[in-house]
Amino acid sequence: MALFLWVIVPYVCLAIFVAGHIWRYRYDKFGWTTRSSQLYENNLLRWGSPMFHFGMLGVIAGHIIGLVIPKVWTDALGISEHGYHVIALAGGIPAGLIALAGMVILIYRRRVTGPVFSATTRMDKVMYVFLGVTIVLGVWNTLASGLFHLGGEYNYRDGVSIWFRGVWTFRPNPSLMADAPWSFQVHALVAMVLFALWPFTRLVHVFSAPLGYLTRPYIVYRSRDERSGRGTGSRAPGRGWDKPTLQKK
Amino acid sequence: MRVMAQLSMVMNLDKCIGCHTCSVTCKQAWTNRAGTEYVWFNNVETRPGLGYPRTWQDQDRWRGGWKRSSGGRLTLRSGNRLWKLANIFSNPKLPSIQDYYEPWTYDYETLLDSPVTKNYPVARPYSLLSGKPMNVEWSGNWDDDLAGGREHAVKDPMLKGIEDKVKFEFEQTFMFYLPRICEHCLNPACAASCPSGAIYKRTEDGIVLVDQDRCRGWRMCISGCPYKKVYFNHKTGKAEKCTFCYPRVEVGIPTVCAETCVGRLRYIGVMLYDADRVLEAASVENDQDLYEAQLGCFLDPFDPQVQRAAESAGIPGDWITAAQRSPVRRLITDYRVALPLHPEFRTMPMVWYIPPLSPVVDVIKDTGYDAEDRHNLFAAIDALRIPVEYLANLFTAGDVATVERVLRKMAAMRSFMRDVNLGGDPDEEIAASVGMSAEDMYEMFRLLAIAKYDERYVIPTAHAEQAHGLEELATECAVSGYDDLGSSAAPFGEGSGPGALTPVAVENFRMLQARQTSDGGAAGRDSPRSGRVNLLNWDGRGVPDGLFPPDGRVAKERSGRAYRGHEKDSR
Repeated sequence: MALFLWVIVPYVCLAIFVAGHIWRYRYDKFGWTTRSSQLYENNLLRWGSPMFHFGMLGVIAGHIIGLVIPKVWTDALGISEHGYHVIALAGGIPAGLIALAGMVILIYRRRVTGPVFSATTRMDKVMYVFLGVTIVLGVWNTLASGLFHLGGEYNYRDGVSIWFRGVWTFRPNPSLMADAPWSFQVHALVAMVLFALWPFTRLVHVFSAPLGYLTRPYIVYRSRDERSGRGTGSRAPGRGWDKPTLQKK
Repeated sequence: MRVMAQLSMVMNLDKCIGCHTCSVTCKQAWTNRAGTEYVWFNNVETRPGLGYPRTWQDQDRWRGGWKRSSGGRLTLRSGNRLWKLANIFSNPKLPSIQDYYEPWTYDYETLLDSPVTKNYPVARPYSLLSGKPMNVEWSGNWDDDLAGGREHAVKDPMLKGIEDKVKFEFEQTFMFYLPRICEHCLNPACAASCPSGAIYKRTEDGIVLVDQDRCRGWRMCISGCPYKKVYFNHKTGKAEKCTFCYPRVEVGIPTVCAETCVGRLRYIGVMLYDADRVLEAASVENDQDLYEAQLGCFLDPFDPQVQRAAESAGIPGDWITAAQRSPVRRLITDYRVALPLHPEFRTMPMVWYIPPLSPVVDVIKDTGYDAEDRHNLFAAIDALRIPVEYLANLFTAGDVATVERVLRKMAAMRSFMRDVNLGGDPDEEIAASVGMSAEDMYEMFRLLAIAKYDERYVIPTAHAEQAHGLEELATECAVSGYDDLGSSAAPFGEGSGPGALTPVAVENFRMLQARQTSDGGAAGRDSPRSGRVNLLNWDGRGVPDGLFPPDGRVAKERSGRAYRGHEKDSR
């Protein structure tokens, strides 16, 4: 069971995540968008969206620090266990709470504002469930085990983080996760399902974060046919021999 | 000098009757889809009025376009790149759907399915966004023809500073129509605002387009464009804008809005400009110098130096010829009667307008004086400060002198041509009073009044050497090797098979195949001519069935052996 949950599921989800994105980019560039609903409603969005997004950026940064950086590195820097936790909680709790509050505002807005609700797809709803559960459990883990030490003290840097790095080095140790508290386990499992759903939701817009805007020239010039056979837009027209009508004799 | 070509448009506002045909045909062609209900690539606004979206011209509110920093550098008015990225999660300056209007439909079924009742059934309006019943409170042309209505017109941002005079002299009201499309600017702020780099200016013809596959829906272009001519498709989550009907102009026919214009007030042609001068021109210090600065970017296509530079920049010869014949160029640089819309936005717009003389003419007519007399018109232009100042706010960043100069030219042309039409001698002095020769004045009249289709629209096509890219094959190479280019590789005559050197459209191949293998001729199977061969399609090789009329003896022989073309003795 531990092998299935903490070795097979992560790799399956990861494979779906990667292959799904490649597939989506190849076949649905047109659908690759934020699907913004700001046009419909702005008063709630003006607060909810930046709170959620900036909160999430903090949450992601926190996960990188907590999961990717081994404990020995911070020990080598002379950061004590207690000191690390103070830093982690000071950054993680506000970021998590802001993201959670932002999401509550956004979901409330999505349900209550008529046009926004009718523009919500089924995939959006599924995604919100998994995203919401992941965030709630994440905040719970931080607060309950980090701050109040409910259910005994658990240092994820001795368990979850090592398992996480093991997944990427292809040496995952399922027992580390199996020994973790249930809330960490559920948080990780739901997050893995979310990653598997990711390429098929609007979350793909994360990967089009327009950092290139900072360096490109203001005005983009493009030729009608930059390369021979290019049509308008970035998608090349099909080659002649790809067309079934031409292969008929 | 970096010569570039730009397709641009001039609209003669005196001739616009506000019929909205351009808007409707454009909508039918481009935006009659779900998600674009509120999108009008072309709209016609009553001036003075609020415009669409409401108060779009008020850049203190919307922060569109460029501004010149104190150091002389040009920056986006809405903020620099970092500011844009920091605000990407919630665009602070995005118009809401209420600033346009909430699109709606009616429940027509209650009308169709209604049983016999005492009262007429009523179709209620339903929102196309939420599907709920709604009250219609505003739409694309809610203040149409209401210029002068205190409720709406006084909110017009262009009346700022002169609003007290308008209220004071309210009986001297005036009104005209302003049709608007995307300006296809030389320095487009929408493209500069796009974080994804999806909006681009085409190098061949300067048309500004949104790459729908690269747009990620960040919405920065909508607030970046000061003309509010980029729209958000709320179904696809992508930006859409006027395309200058590029599929049409590529084959040499005018845009839909121009083609269907009832007043024939639109002119389309090529302008050559120096791309190296654009940034400098857009950053001149004084807003009122921007008109002259933009004129300074345009190049004279008759200048041999320009022609050489254009040629080495890869601009084809027919485009240079088109620039010479361009009606737009004549109105902008030769006669100088066309003016840019809101040059103070510093985007270097390329859809220009001839300001209307009609508000002035109408006032003179109402007073009973001769509205075609030059002196009356000139005096009225001087006296009617409000319409002239209003036009200056629209077209010259408030520079009244330039608008006056243009209106005087139009007035002079009016009285000059009155003399001619009444059989009198043309009065050279009238033309000279506005700095034109009598001949120029007549030519300008011809262009503005009676120019035919091919004079109003001088549109060079996408050139032949690029045509293969438009063909299905998109290759110049023979698909098969060179050895088997014999008859077997061309089963239906020259240019029919895979070995054809000329790229062949599928249609050509199919048509050849159909013509040469069908049993019936064009006249049909049962006609006396059925079974015959169309000699125009016969390539001289072999004897197809039906080359000769049916004949018992020949038919028997033909079944026995293959024919060669020269064995005609059997006949």
